[in-house]
Amino acid sequence: MMPRWRAAGLGLLLALFTAQASAHKPSDSYLTLKVAGQQVDGQWDIALRDLDMAIGLDADGNGELTWDEVRARHPDIAAYALSRLALGVPAGGGKAEPCPLAVTSHLLDDHSDGAYAVLKLRATCPNAVNTLDIDYKLLFDIDPQHKGLLRLEHGALTSTAIFAPDSARQLLRVADASRWRQFFDYVKHGVWHIWIGFDHILFLLSLLLPAVLIRREGRWQARATLRASSIEVLKIVTAFTLAHSITLTLATLGVVALPSRVVESAIALSVAVAALNNLWPVITRRLALLAFAFGLLHGFGFASVLLDLGLPQSSLLLSLVGFNVGVELGQLAIVAAFLPLAFLARATAFYRKAVLVGGSSLIVAIALVWLSERALDLKIITA
Amino acid sequence: MNVVSRLYLNTLRALALMLALAGACHATPYIPADGRQVVERLPSRANPVQRELQQLRAELSKNPNDVTRATALAQRYIEQARLEGDPRYLGYAQAALAPWWTLPQPSEQVLVLRATLRQGTHQFAEALADLDTVLARDSGNVQARLTRATVQMVTGDYAGARASCMRLYSRAPQLIVQTCLSNIGSVNGDARASFDKLKTALDQHPDATPEVRTWVQTLLAEMAARLGDDANADALFKQAMAGVDPDSYLLGAYSDFLLDRGRAVEVTRLLKDKTRIDALLLRYAIALKALRSDDAAIQADSLRLRFDAAMLRGDTVHQREQARFELALRGDSKTAVRLAMLNWTVQKEPADLRILVETAAASGDAGAARTALDWIAKTRIEDRTIAPTVEKLRAMKAPA
Repeated sequence: MMPRWRAAGLGLLLALFTAQASAHKPSDSYLTLKVAGQQVDGQWDIALRDLDMAIGLDADGNGELTWDEVRARHPDIAAYALSRLALGVPAGGGKAEPCPLAVTSHLLDDHSDGAYAVLKLRATCPNAVNTLDIDYKLLFDIDPQHKGLLRLEHGALTSTAIFAPDSARQLLRVADASRWRQFFDYVKHGVWHIWIGFDHILFLLSLLLPAVLIRREGRWQARATLRASSIEVLKIVTAFTLAHSITLTLATLGVVALPSRVVESAIALSVAVAALNNLWPVITRRLALLAFAFGLLHGFGFASVLLDLGLPQSSLLLSLVGFNVGVELGQLAIVAAFLPLAFLARATAFYRKAVLVGGSSLIVAIALVWLSERALDLKIITA
Repeated sequence: MNVVSRLYLNTLRALALMLALAGACHATPYIPADGRQVVERLPSRANPVQRELQQLRAELSKNPNDVTRATALAQRYIEQARLEGDPRYLGYAQAALAPWWTLPQPSEQVLVLRATLRQGTHQFAEALADLDTVLARDSGNVQARLTRATVQMVTGDYAGARASCMRLYSRAPQLIVQTCLSNIGSVNGDARASFDKLKTALDQHPDATPEVRTWVQTLLAEMAARLGDDANADALFKQAMAGVDPDSYLLGAYSDFLLDRGRAVEVTRLLKDKTRIDALLLRYAIALKALRSDDAAIQADSLRLRFDAAMLRGDTVHQREQARFELALRGDSKTAVRLAMLNWTVQKEPADLRILVETAAASGDAGAARTALDWIAKTRIEDRTIAPTVEKLRAMKAPA
């Protein structure tokens, strides 16, 4: 009985425990590819632990992997990684024309389960990429449970895919994502840009603060009705919208181009001027005109964001309209939050002193800091 | 689950994937300032186990079609996965078996290992199919029979599991047969007698290997804990801990016992250096929270990143732990009960029942409560650690 008992023991034990075994994070790599025309830029995060298993990184075998040990193997890491990933564009008959890949730099990153080698990639395809043919086989030979997690970006569009041994080669369309989806992606970017673009918010607020008031005999007085206040707000917002839509379109289509430093500085200046006008009113009646004039400037600002996102040539108009709709929606949200509160508070001294004067002074201060930063290329506050 | 809720879940999952991938790529890569900086800790080549594995792997790579070498290496890797709780070893084991992995009828040895690996990734139906193939060829294959009993046990098929255990009589050592049977009886209306019989069997077999002793002591300790016999449970856990190097299963089970008895400090001592294992990091974070430590939030964040990563790759192996994480650390009982229910469709061990009961009570989810109460009535499982919560479920159900 004894020998059999011992032989059976370990094997049997193993069977009963493996249901609990996968309590660790399994092996994954993270691949991001950004497609723009013929060019594909990428970043590939591969666990150092996996690279060590594949090609051996720990030169002295002491279990402590130093940066020098990793650095010494950079050419081998690049060669290994590139031998496991192929990009191409379909050339008919299930074949692909390759997009030769190169590693442009090596970095490190810490993920929740350990340190990863970060490889910056670049590939140039024979023609503009509509569909990307990706053949991924990293580590599948030594760990078939490994997965490659891809994030594919094209302009403002993002899609994801998972590579496993039974789905190692995938054709991913980058151009023709659903039109609606694409439209909404740009709407989202528009809203987001207004939300994080404090200069636009502050400019709009500077114009809106006095909209619930009226200037008579050198003094601010409350506007009588919500209707009157709303009409004033509507005029301002419409003028601003009209103006920035014009320049946004012209700049995006490449009809007009201005250096971004000039545009950014001028936008800062416009914020300062709009707020100063509340402290020492010069223009009191036709604020909409002011909104229109400066709105032209802000349109150039929006355009630079949209151009940074990258615009698919096939759906230029769709993206442009989507982005603009997003900007307007973001603006509407600000107005919707502002108007009722301001209207209720408009007759109080608090509104006229603390909010109008105090708020405008603060805006002037912030705008002047921005102006000096942007004009002189300094870094004082972040916005 | 109906079509609408599945669609909803899929949409949620796709959204989570997008968000998590965005998050995963958000950190800023860097270049370490000092070349001597240690950037990662790896299994050391000085470790005799690692040396042995490496040697076996080198030999296999020279003869990749040598099935004896391949199964030996796969077995060692699976053993290592169990000890370290690291699924990478399961992948390495699968790679060793690559020439036979996709064959419909490989050798019995390969089939048993393939079933063990498939069970590890919760492919229970595929695992059972492989085991049935083995048993059709050789009805006396003890390893296949016992693995089959385990899979049936995990999926809640107690009648099937008991039948598998019975077929081990006169083929496997008596202690193994008793462990197999007691394991089922203990959650199937016969808790006290199952404990006593297994305890007696262990005492009668001082010749059992240290690994088997530790394994049986661990199961006995868990049974005692469910019986509410804390003194016996504590003593048995301590004996198991004093035996061979405790594996991640034992550490997890003992931590749960200590957490239930308000002994969180001991848990932090036990698990301080084991946080690479998700299931143990979870218990560690829960212990820190119980102690109101500032570190609790940091550990919970790290755990969240790991669950995000698991969702990214489409893994559902962690749903039990994830449900507990949502309930105990994030206080999101709605998400927790949804995960616990999903997990329940896959596995039905006492730990799965427990998280189902706790999330049902916390969320007031009537469907989950009914599922849990039906199961308790059907199996007559006795578990004092969940008894008060089960009472709450009954009270919750009564007015409706």
